[in-house]
This record gives sequence, C-alpha cells and structure tokens, in this order.
Amino acid sequence: MEIIASGAEAVIALYGNTIIKTRVNKRYRLKEIDETLRRERTRTEARLISEARRCGVPTPIIKDVTDFEIKMEYIDGDPLKNVITPELSEQTGEIVGKLHSCGLVHGDLTTSNIIFMGGKLFLIDFGLAYIDRTLEARGVDIHVLFQTFESTHEGHEGLIEAFKKGYSRTLPGAEEVIKRVKEIESRGRYA
Amino acid sequence: MHSNPFCVLSMTMIFGLEGTAWNLSAAIVEENDVLAETTATYRPASGGIHPREAAQHHASHISEIVRETLKKGGKKIDAVAFSQGPGLGPCLRTVATAARALALTLDVPLIGVNHCIAHIEVGRWKTPAHDPVTLYVSGANSQVLAYRAGYYRVFGETLDIGIGNALDKFARSVGLPHPGGPKIEELAKQASYYIPLPYTVKGMDFSFSGLATAAQEAHKKHALPDVCHSFQETAFAMLVEVTERAAAHTRKKEVLLAGGVGANMRLREMLGMMCEDRGIEFYVPEKRFMGDNGAMIAYLGLLMFKAGYRTQVLDSRVDPDFRPDKVVVKWR
Repeated sequence: MEIIASGAEAVIALYGNTIIKTRVNKRYRLKEIDETLRRERTRTEARLISEARRCGVPTPIIKDVTDFEIKMEYIDGDPLKNVITPELSEQTGEIVGKLHSCGLVHGDLTTSNIIFMGGKLFLIDFGLAYIDRTLEARGVDIHVLFQTFESTHEGHEGLIEAFKKGYSRTLPGAEEVIKRVKEIESRGRYA
Repeated sequence: MHSNPFCVLSMTMIFGLEGTAWNLSAAIVEENDVLAETTATYRPASGGIHPREAAQHHASHISEIVRETLKKGGKKIDAVAFSQGPGLGPCLRTVATAARALALTLDVPLIGVNHCIAHIEVGRWKTPAHDPVTLYVSGANSQVLAYRAGYYRVFGETLDIGIGNALDKFARSVGLPHPGGPKIEELAKQASYYIPLPYTVKGMDFSFSGLATAAQEAHKKHALPDVCHSFQETAFAMLVEVTERAAAHTRKKEVLLAGGVGANMRLREMLGMMCEDRGIEFYVPEKRFMGDNGAMIAYLGLLMFKAGYRTQVLDSRVDPDFRPDKVVVKWR
C-alpha cells in the first residue's frame, strides 16, 4: 500500500491496480455533520464517475463503494500536464464537451486530473463534481482548466484554441460557453 | 544598525477614518504603533442597522471624533485615509465627505482604501502572520482571501448574505437584541443536541441565507439553545472547510482570522483545530483590531502612502461593492 495523494478532504492510497479514496474525518466539526457530509459526498462522487463513463467520458471503473471509501481502477498513465500537446488538448475538449452535454460539471479540471493512458484521456477526481447545465457552471469549469494551461504550460494560446475545437465538436452550443468563459475571465475572481 | 526596516529617522503619520457600517472610528498610526483612536458606535433602538440612521449617527459624531483623535495623537499628519468601500452607501458617503474635508484642510493627500484589505493588513501588522490565508467574517462580509501575484484573491465567499447578518437575522426572528452573534454563542453552550440544517458549500463558495431561514423554522419545534448550537456548528463548519481548502490549494502555512464574527470562541476553536491537524499556524489579532476600527484604515493608508498611492478628490467616490481583488497591491 502506498499513499499517493493527501488533500484537504481525502487520502488516496494505491493497492496494486486499485485506488482507495477515503474521505477523512475532520475533528473541528460535529460528528453528525462530519459523517453526513462524507457519506453523501462519497456516494455522489461514485455516482458521477459512473454517469460520466456512461456518457462516453473515460473514467476509472468503480469497484466498490462503502460509507467513506471508493475503491476504483488505478489509471496508470501520465498526467496531461507532463505530456500536453495541441492534439491532446483537442481530445480534452472532446471529453469535456461530452461531460457537459451529459449535464455534468467536473469542478476541478486541471491538467493533473486528466490522465493519458493507452492512447486515451481519462478524467479522474470527481470530488467537486456536480450536476449543472448552466452556462456559468460550464464556463467556470473550462476557465479553471484554461488557467492551468496559462500558469503551467508554454504556448497556452495554441492549447486553448485546440481545446475549443474539440469542445465544439461534442457540445452543441459550445460557442455560448466559450463566450461566458471570456466574461468570467474579465471578472477576475476565480484564482 | 537597525534591523527593523521601519526604524528610520522620520516616521509617517496617517489619519484613518472608518465608517462602513455601525462603527464610526478614527485613528492615527505611525509605522510601529497606533497613536490615537476614537470610536462611536451606532446602536439601533430596536431591530437591525438602518443604513440611513447609521449615516445620521456618523454625521452627528464625526466632527467630535476627528477633533478628539487629532488632539490625542496629531502632530504632523502626512495623509488622510478612509474606507472607500465596501459598505453601506449612506455611511460611506458621510465618512468620505469628512475625509475629503479633513485632507483639504490639512493640505495633505487623500487615500481611499479597501475595507476588507485593511482587515488583512492590520492582522499582518499586529500578529506574526506573514502570508496567510485570511478568513474575513463580519456582518456583511464573509470571504476567504489570499495573496497571489499582486492581488488579494478571493478564493471563496458568500453567495448571498454575510455570516454576521445571517446570525443577526435569525436572532431578530427569535427576539434576541442586536447584535445577535454573542447571544447565540452564549445560548449554544446550553444545547443538548444537534438539529440537521442545510450545509451549503458550492465549489469554494458558501451560502447562509437558507441556513438562517431553516434555523427559524427549526425553532418552531426545538428549544432555542439547540437551534443556536446547530446554526453555529453548521455555518462555522462551512467557513472552516473552505478556509482549509484554500490553505491546501495555495500551500500557505498560516491562517488569519479577521472581522467582528472572529470574536466567536467556537469559530476560533474550530479553526485552531483545523490548523493544528494540518500543521499550520493560526493567528487571531487582539479584539480591538478584529471588528471595524480606524487603526486598520490608517495602517493600510500608511502602507499605500509609502508605496506612492494617492486618491484625487475626483476619484474618491465611494464604492459600496468595492471588491478587494480590484486593488493592485504594490506594497508587498
């Protein structure tokens, strides 16, 4: 067993080819609040991972869900941030377009949460995902991704253009979302 | 010779004027200390803050407050700083008018400052916090802020009303006098159980309006102490969760608590536990620098004055929705 990540909310451990994501308890909040939140969020996350998969977005296969834990397939590939090219950015646009057209929003789209494995891109970490079909939710989702392009990747303009191409291919009405992304940028809020 | 970079021959002396809500406060600060501070607090006879009445209160007390402060600490004022926003429009306008008049009379520059940033900077001044994630909680404001690349970024904030107003709104509905927060805190200590209330965190933002309404509803069936306890526990857990996420995301090693609601001991305890478990530092300024105060406005004015900021009278119009992330930070 190896702990591979530890965030504000959960710990991720690797057992062979299985990941176990455990939502850890928080001493600062009441047990009633703590357990309800962890249970609901674990269940929602597992459900949204499966739903995304049914919509044609590659995600880890869920193996088991208990109160505070999700057992799932380990996507043993390269994080997009290490291998990004305009072609892969276009593919990213395609899968995010599929996700959005299904009514889902990822909530934390960064180039660390997109994994390249076996010639395909996988979306992982649905911890902040939710169901929302509004322009605003979709716009913020993409804006977050564009910000990681800008802060960590050379030639981000090309990556953004490529993404838009892929995104427009899989999401009807993509132009409206892209327009909203520009407006969100001008508000300068999401850091 | 001097390790303190502020320890220079001539000190800068800034007059600061605060009056965004119910507290009217003037202060004079220099690099190392607050030289004088005078405060007059508007207390509504019943109900909550009425913006126009608060502004009338400020208008009738401001000359005496300014005079008193100048008498206590004023020798050679270098500039006049004032809260340009965010806040209640009528209150902001009253204070801005006085600040302009004072600056013109003394023939010194005027500096309009952002009230939220003043809370952060006074915390950085009066605690060891150097580069914290700040949880700023007051009546109208609830924000999680952190510095990055020239701006105080808002990482999370309320989508509707501030936590203080949510507490006050609930308190009024159950007949507790203004301000409701301290009474709710006292009553909560006598609670015997928790009543589930809506916990609303969306991404990095939180919402309190639905919680206040649900608490009012819960009071029809449950004892007041139990509702107060449940309200606090739910609301504060939301605030602490977002603060923790911002700390994890930014990898900052300090958390600073600011704003009047920061006086709540349960909130402090929860933040303290979160920080301890993460292995990061937690700082709370002494009480006089937590709520709205003139010293924080004067101190931010001082930082800005030394960095070359000046506000021309023509640009000194108040902004009730003045966002902290609109200010280019050149003093850090």
